[in-house]
Amino acid sequence: MTATVATTATLALGDDALVLSHRLGEWVGHAPVLEEEVALANIALDLLGQARFLLSMVGDEDELAYLREERAFTNLQLVEQPNGDFAHTIARQLYFSTYQHLLYGQLAAAGGVFAPLAGKAVHEVAYHRDHAEQWTLRLGDGTDVSHERMRRACTALWRFTGEMFQPVAGLDVDWAGLETAWLESVGDVLRRATLTLPEGPRSGAWSAGAGRQGLHTEPFGRMLAEMQHLHRSHPGASW
Amino acid sequence: MTDTDWPLWEVFVRSRRGLSHTHAGSLHAPDAELALRNARDLYTRRGEGVSIWVVPSAAITASSPDEKDPFFAPSADKPYRHPTFYEIPEGVKHL
Repeated sequence: MTATVATTATLALGDDALVLSHRLGEWVGHAPVLEEEVALANIALDLLGQARFLLSMVGDEDELAYLREERAFTNLQLVEQPNGDFAHTIARQLYFSTYQHLLYGQLAAAGGVFAPLAGKAVHEVAYHRDHAEQWTLRLGDGTDVSHERMRRACTALWRFTGEMFQPVAGLDVDWAGLETAWLESVGDVLRRATLTLPEGPRSGAWSAGAGRQGLHTEPFGRMLAEMQHLHRSHPGASW
Repeated sequence: MTDTDWPLWEVFVRSRRGLSHTHAGSLHAPDAELALRNARDLYTRRGEGVSIWVVPSAAITASSPDEKDPFFAPSADKPYRHPTFYEIPEGVKHL
């Protein structure tokens, strides 16, 4: 039983990292400037490293990444959302990296099976969080156009943020404290960016979020098809 | 890639404590804070640095290649400026 619980938690963390890594990787070749492309690719590679470590804890990383069906993935719906414009990507990064930073901080302190990974990854994620904060400040407090786009992106992704604080079995985390700290931090960044916390619901009927139960939004199927296509067409392909 | 109006920055990286900062390259960034972060991503990915400086390229005054001769040639025929006349005592290891 403990093995199953640990597997659930490991897959949840690993799938979050894997899926967001793939989304960020989609910017390569398309980012607004070369410098930013390298920054996003670096973040994607950090996340891929975490995903590989986590998935390898519970099975064969390639099989888990490339051969599972959509319903078997337990990542948050937030991380599978399409990149949208640059503001959407930054809003997604702000919401997720703040969450992941606080979460890994707690896991590292708790000293359980995830402590070694969390202790190392928390430094990487601190940088992801800083990157998202810096851009949120500049887009929110930039031109009228950038302010409006950032506001729209934060509002559009808001309904996916409640799911992050659904307790995951096997993770020794103070979820209520995590949510309070997250709201405080994101609220502070948005305020400094001359934005406000969106007002829509984050839980209940009009929110979203059953990714942890294997239910995903429509764009995820397309993303998965692209991610898995090569391995499914040419099993074991490598270079 | 579209053109941007972002200014150019010169990046200097100190690889180890005790060494001086050396020029690593240049990059575009909207302001100094993001220039530092871009520099971190572009020039210290493999653990090359302990400290980074970024300087607006526009703030650098450079000698002109056309003035190379008057600038540098006169030093070539002044051998007394080179410390080649001193005998180094045996046993001196760190010089």
